[in-house]
Amino acid sequence: MLDAVETVLAKYSLVTALALVAAVMWISYAAANGVFRGRVHGSALAILIGLIAAYAGGAVAGGNAGVADVPWLAGVGVLGGAAFRDLAIVATAFGVRLEEFRRTGVAGIVALLAGVLVSFIIGGVTAYAFGYRDPQSIVTIGGGAATYIVGPVTGAAVGASSEVIALSVAAGLVKSILVMTLTPVVAPWIGLDNPHAALIYGGLMGTTSGVAAGLAATDERLAPYGAMTATFYTGLGCLLGPSVLYMAIRVLV
Amino acid sequence: MVIYGTGLLAFCLLAGAVVGQLLGYLLGVDANVGGVGIAMIALIVLSDRLQKRGALQPPTRQGVLFWSAVYIPVVVAMAASQNVQAAVTGGPAAITAGVASVAACLLLVPAISRLAPPLAESTFDAADANSSTDEGR
Repeated sequence: MLDAVETVLAKYSLVTALALVAAVMWISYAAANGVFRGRVHGSALAILIGLIAAYAGGAVAGGNAGVADVPWLAGVGVLGGAAFRDLAIVATAFGVRLEEFRRTGVAGIVALLAGVLVSFIIGGVTAYAFGYRDPQSIVTIGGGAATYIVGPVTGAAVGASSEVIALSVAAGLVKSILVMTLTPVVAPWIGLDNPHAALIYGGLMGTTSGVAAGLAATDERLAPYGAMTATFYTGLGCLLGPSVLYMAIRVLV
Repeated sequence: MVIYGTGLLAFCLLAGAVVGQLLGYLLGVDANVGGVGIAMIALIVLSDRLQKRGALQPPTRQGVLFWSAVYIPVVVAMAASQNVQAAVTGGPAAITAGVASVAACLLLVPAISRLAPPLAESTFDAADANSSTDEGR
């Protein structure tokens, strides 16, 4: 009996994921309006449940894709994978006026440069403080503090050790998960309630997954603006990390 | 037809991703540079053109709006397939680097907002902001 159910769930894994995510959304919105009386946004709760499930999935299945490593939950990985995620993010731009983006163009570029530089500097200083003194390790961990893609790309380019590359991925994951969970909490404090601030936020934070989920949990309408700038961040980080920033760090240490 | 809208959306994403990939090659970077952002601009421009020509029928719009409306569920599925365990057990150096960079960048949001203010007021009105978002837009 259980075997039969599992066979079906695994065979229709994307359908299983749709049913499961719908259930999580329903429970989250019911709890947000009931137990939390609207003080917590339903989407924030749903994302939090997702992250907790990912931790449990990682612990049970021992992979690196959260619940998606459990065979009958593989569809969650497809639904939440790059293809559907990017399709949904692009769709949020439908109906947005181009003028909104043009208006904040300069601020967006300033935010992107500041975000990449500050993350590299802070990550690099952290690496130095924890005893990493070679420029390869410093720039790689600095890249990890940017995003979990910039770290390994930079590390591979400058020839960092695999232990340091793994560390940079972990740093990027910590950042991504913090951005997902903290954005709705800090939004009122940093004035994150308009498209202008969301564009800057996306440029400064950079982690597409973190920004996408963080803004979804804050106010869904901010998502296209944050996602727009965040999408340029990883490319900029991969561009600057192994080149300009690596050379600068070599001069410094 | 609904599929026209979804097709338009898919075309924009693919076109943007190809341009982003080419941009990466040109810059000598092993990453997609702004593909999703370029796709968003393509969708905005194309849908505006089609709208003006009257070629964006309600069913066609539905084909895009559905994906916009399932944005949050897709993000929840994304959250559920993250490597949270590696983040939690990444060790003090990884956690410090992640926490410190988030804190620093958060503090910069108001600073840069003031440094480069928008030309005109672009806030949502308050009544709108409190409305439920699960209908999409």
